[in-house]
Amino acid sequence: MTDSTEPSGARIRFHNVSKRYGDVAALADFDLEIGAGEFLTLLGPSGSGKTTALNILAGFTEASGGDVRIDGQSILSLPPEKRNVGMVFQSFALFPHMSVFENVAFPLKLRKTPKPVMRDKVAEALDMVRLGDYAGRRPSELSGGQQQRVALARAVVFQPAVLLMDESLSALDLKLREAMRLEIRHLHSRLGSTIVFVTHDQGEALTLSDRIAVMRDGRIAQIDTPDRVYDQPTTRFVAEFIGQTNLFDVTPADGGGVHVADLGVAIPAEGMNGAKAISLRPEKIRALANGSDAPDAGMVVFDGMVDEPLFLGETVQYSVNLPSGRTMQFRENRGEGRAPLRRNDRVRLAFRPHDAVPIVRD
Amino acid sequence: MPAADRHSILAAPGLLLLVTFFVVPVGIVFDQGLFDPAFTTAHFERFLARGAYMAVFLNTLRVSVVVAMACLLIGYPVAYFIVRQPPRRRPVLMFLVLVPLWMSILVRTYAWMVVLGREGIVNGLLMTLGITDQPVKLLFTTGAVYVGMVQILLPIMIVTCYSAMTEIDQNLLRAARILGARSGQAFARVFLPLSLEGAVTGTLIVFILSMGFFITPALIGGRRDMMMANLISSQVSQTNWGFAAALAIILLLATVAVLVAARLLTRRLVYAAAKTDTP
Ligand SMILES: Nc1ncnc2c1ncn2[C@@H]1O[C@H](COP(=O)(O)OP(=O)(O)O)[C@@H](O)[C@H]1O
Ligand SMILES: [Mg+2]
Repeated sequence: MTDSTEPSGARIRFHNVSKRYGDVAALADFDLEIGAGEFLTLLGPSGSGKTTALNILAGFTEASGGDVRIDGQSILSLPPEKRNVGMVFQSFALFPHMSVFENVAFPLKLRKTPKPVMRDKVAEALDMVRLGDYAGRRPSELSGGQQQRVALARAVVFQPAVLLMDESLSALDLKLREAMRLEIRHLHSRLGSTIVFVTHDQGEALTLSDRIAVMRDGRIAQIDTPDRVYDQPTTRFVAEFIGQTNLFDVTPADGGGVHVADLGVAIPAEGMNGAKAISLRPEKIRALANGSDAPDAGMVVFDGMVDEPLFLGETVQYSVNLPSGRTMQFRENRGEGRAPLRRNDRVRLAFRPHDAVPIVRD
Repeated sequence: MPAADRHSILAAPGLLLLVTFFVVPVGIVFDQGLFDPAFTTAHFERFLARGAYMAVFLNTLRVSVVVAMACLLIGYPVAYFIVRQPPRRRPVLMFLVLVPLWMSILVRTYAWMVVLGREGIVNGLLMTLGITDQPVKLLFTTGAVYVGMVQILLPIMIVTCYSAMTEIDQNLLRAARILGARSGQAFARVFLPLSLEGAVTGTLIVFILSMGFFITPALIGGRRDMMMANLISSQVSQTNWGFAAALAIILLLATVAVLVAARLLTRRLVYAAAKTDTP
């Protein structure tokens, strides 16, 4: 599977695709371009249209409008079996009446692969997912993680140009899920197929993807690299959906910049044009030692009262009540050379102005 | 009290029921068929000696096999069709399938007399359309028995197949398709093997019920369509208890033999269906 003659990933293009179920628009004006060999994740809450997009690409669901192209060729009129696409299902969908070997050999048999070649390819695919010794078992005799890996081997054994995964890890327990993330990354660099990965788990999306398309109500709310989606969310929805954040409404202040009523502070102009709100990640906020000034003159400083410390392991997260009555979160590493804060302690907090991300849309 | 004892007490009512309504009656039948008053095989010899009795037995087997096969050939596709419908439509269709089960077999058989009789609906239609000018003999024929029994037993077949089919994860078919199977291949290699057990179970249930059928062959069949149950009934009415019991034993053993054979065969079938290289 590593020889140079193998086909590598294909380009995928969704062009204004829509899908309606009665009054529900499962997808609306869905426009997306995925590069050859890219690992793209569709991330969004349940019901945001991720599965619908994937099913249209796979050929299980008919689009109401628009076009989908793979390497420039429209595929909407092709049946699933002609699309050269592999897929891993959430439920794994292993054939219960076939052995592991027969499951993985299934796509090769249908392609009339000669027996000796088929045996080699199946063995290679099973070795790749470290299940070489399990060829004779039935799926029901395997653990969840092993079934998942058989499903993966079956999906890639015929070297599809595109690999689809719909919530493929969510049936596994936490530890296994994290181990599988690494395997999938590894597999991606080895196979070179384009991967479209669907999840509602932002952690999965952040660690696996080249790019993340954050979905909401059948549309793409933002599409970017993981670090940019995390650091530069453009909408309230994205800021809240990915990671934890504090959102504050802002109003334009005199002399440019914005005023944050909840904090009673102003943030200078830089990049704040048109901002309706700001997003402040809990880890970007620092508590100052008793009575001291900000270590750096440009920082924005405000006061609050500790409500609830939450021990998270290497970090502690504090809920802080603001004079305006709102509550916000900030997080710091433990043992910062200061006694831990306790409930009802007064605390002075500070952040750098450029850590406040302007939110321009809902 | 040890746990095992408590459990056996809980099982007592069920056991009592089984003994009263199953073990004791079957015991009595075996006793009557084999002892008169000393052990004897006379009743069985009588059965083997007369060709007419054997003919009834073979007829019972033939009718049961044909009815079971016909129910399979009609019921399986119907169940498949219903399973493929949108989820909201399925319960409605299944309800329609089940409605006839709420009418007694007697009523449904009488209905067939109305439909197939000399002045019945079918003959009326045939004559109106000018296809025939004399009424055709439809009632009191072997064909009538087949039609009546299939109609009566078909819902059971459909329900059994349907419930096996709804157990099949729809994603298995999708997986087959995306892996390269045309829809016919996905059916042959995935759906068919996974629904086969249900189909076999349905066929066997229909077969067992057919083996004991009584009313339908008596009311809408001809004289040659007599089945074992009819023969047993006529022997009982002539107070030939011993012979009637022997006939019942033969019917029971034949049914059990077919069941066991079918079960053994299915295991191989399911396995073979998974193996096939071309659908
Ligand atoms: N077969 C269907 N019939 C009716 N509505 C559907 C169907 N499939 C999906 N939907 C609707 O389309 C929307 C998007 O669904 P889906 O693509 O499954 O979301 P996701 O995978 O992001 O959870 C939801 O509102 C869902 O209820
Ligand atoms: Mg989904």
